[in-house]
Amino acid sequence: MAKIGVDAGLLSDAVIGSSRDNRSTMWNFIVRNVAQRLILLVIVSFVAHSFIHLAPGEPSEVDPMNPRMKPEDIAKIRAAFHLDEPLYVQYAYWIRDLATGELKSFKDSQPVLPKIWDRFLNSLPLFILATILVWTWAFPTGIYGAVFRGGMYDRGTVLLSYALISVPGFFLSYLAILWVVGWFGVPVISIKTFGMEHAELPYKIMDRVWHLVIPSIMAAIGGIAILSRYVRSQMLEVLGQDYVRTARAKGLTEDAVIYGHALGNALLPFVTMFGLLLPGLIGGSVIFEQIFAWPGLGRLGYEAILSRDFPIIMTLNFIAAVLTLLGTLISDILYAVVDPRIRLH
Amino acid sequence: MHDSKSGASLKAEFVSLDAEGLAPQETPWQEFLRIFKKDYQALIGFWVLMLLLVTALAGKALTEWWVVFDPEAVRLTDKFLPPLSVPSPDSLPADRPFGGVYLMGTDELGRDVFARMFQGSFVSLSIGFVAVGISLGIGVLLGGVSGYYGQDKVSLKTVLIGIFLGGVLFYFNWNFLGYAIIAMLLLTWIFRLSVDTLIMRFTDAMMCFPTFFLILTAVALLPPSIYTIMFIIGLFSWMGMARFVRAEFLSLREQDFVIAAKALGVPEWRIIFRHMVPNALAPVFVSATIGVATAILTESGLSFLGFGVPPPDATWGNILSDGKGFIFDAPWLFFIPGLAIFLVVLAFNLVGEGLREALNPKLRSR
Repeated sequence: MAKIGVDAGLLSDAVIGSSRDNRSTMWNFIVRNVAQRLILLVIVSFVAHSFIHLAPGEPSEVDPMNPRMKPEDIAKIRAAFHLDEPLYVQYAYWIRDLATGELKSFKDSQPVLPKIWDRFLNSLPLFILATILVWTWAFPTGIYGAVFRGGMYDRGTVLLSYALISVPGFFLSYLAILWVVGWFGVPVISIKTFGMEHAELPYKIMDRVWHLVIPSIMAAIGGIAILSRYVRSQMLEVLGQDYVRTARAKGLTEDAVIYGHALGNALLPFVTMFGLLLPGLIGGSVIFEQIFAWPGLGRLGYEAILSRDFPIIMTLNFIAAVLTLLGTLISDILYAVVDPRIRLH
Repeated sequence: MHDSKSGASLKAEFVSLDAEGLAPQETPWQEFLRIFKKDYQALIGFWVLMLLLVTALAGKALTEWWVVFDPEAVRLTDKFLPPLSVPSPDSLPADRPFGGVYLMGTDELGRDVFARMFQGSFVSLSIGFVAVGISLGIGVLLGGVSGYYGQDKVSLKTVLIGIFLGGVLFYFNWNFLGYAIIAMLLLTWIFRLSVDTLIMRFTDAMMCFPTFFLILTAVALLPPSIYTIMFIIGLFSWMGMARFVRAEFLSLREQDFVIAAKALGVPEWRIIFRHMVPNALAPVFVSATIGVATAILTESGLSFLGFGVPPPDATWGNILSDGKGFIFDAPWLFFIPGLAIFLVVLAFNLVGEGLREALNPKLRSR
């Protein structure tokens, strides 16, 4: 979320009105950004790998009380997972296996990448629906609040958004489950109802939709609350600018001022929000996928943590970081496309 | 706001300006108070927090030092009593709660929920404060260095300090981290990169990871203890703070009073800590207030996933997550801690927002 402030800073610092060739500056901008991201990628891979090995817990210690685990078995496990090698050798093994796609889970020796891909496909509908909810609710709420600043609606939504980010996520989810199940009598836990395989298609679809809606709303609530406040303050900032006063002074209708002059400028920085949505795919979903027994990425991560499945934890962290890098890269480029001042910085 | 002038000389200046009719209407502090007092949401939040602070201190005193409310007493005769009920006649007289009534009921072991909440208020609050303290320390240090020494190249001295630091890490057998630090410093020295680049690239890299997942992993792998949780939450939430402080320092460095201090030959550490840090503190203070709220929520999330503060310490987070199993049979075990967390986090957020409004001159004029 801090990203918005940073980009607003860039905006004001940028040199305006240069005579340099537009296309070459655009290419320079892209090349520079990609190069920076590549360096970051290396640092990220170091951090993702080393961070987990600095903690004392190890896969061979998951079940220390098991009487059938002899010291020689533990030694065998450690050797098989290269746990006795120095860290940089382990890092090299990890990168090699990741690149060739041969990285295996410690727990069940299944290849890591297909495993993550399956769970990613499960998480995707949840993520897409939550994102749509966030973007379709946050913008109108924030803009309306800013336009009628200080009114009942504005004060109400601001207080409500504070209330929503202050509730522990699982507390609210439990209340929602109780209410929805009690009131509508529909199933909401897990991804679909067991035993519905032979039902008619419409019933199947309705079943999937009910399972999808509640977790998505729960996952979206925090995002709506935060984003709508950012939209509101951004809109307020723009409404205080000179060109808005000019537009009003020359006698335009209030609608033309707000939708024609202010709105576009207020929404510009939110192009960068796009990149920040991606890491939420893994990090933000751990608790919600756990509550709703949703077999997605967050739950995979949680299970991997419980069984000290290092390759999965490292790879998940790494993929999340790579997705973030990609997201910020895309949003920086988009930002440069819509706002030429950025390219020259 | 906080210039190098002492209070007396500042006052003298106000008096002399007053004679000419040029004195500001009010001091910054008075202006801050005036705006903050008008914001009734923030004001209510502030009084809730004051009440919480008193409760937490009283909770620490009355449940541990001078045991009036015993949070650990197990009473198998008094399981699942609703709030405001009296102990059953079979219960041991020694185990009766203070005042002869269970204000917030009892849990599945017959423990007094009021006593546990009372004890937990201190633990939850201290998790928030310690975690934010750690992230504040790291963030201000890295952000300050990055902003102040911004464009300076890494000097040989820094590399030598880095090698020493790496040596310390080797001593603790953290060879990999040692190698990484030394390699990074050497590379930046060879390629003539600036301090700012080094620190901010690392911050960017840390920001790429999903914070809650990192915290969860670290807490799950380390031995469970309340200190681990405080430490880990702090260790993984300094990134925003560092960026804030860096931006503040970058703009402060160019301001007249810092240039004047440099010209006067004021030592560097004194410029940083006496002149710049107090001026950069306002936004830091705001994000610290909101950081405490986030840390309390993070702790309750960790508790929910089973990696919270281990017993016997009670926190609001683990009372809530224990209570979720009894939501039908004993709803008070779920709703009391849930609402308590909600109110306190809301108060922190509202106070933080009120501070932001009152401390930010740009928002004031509008």
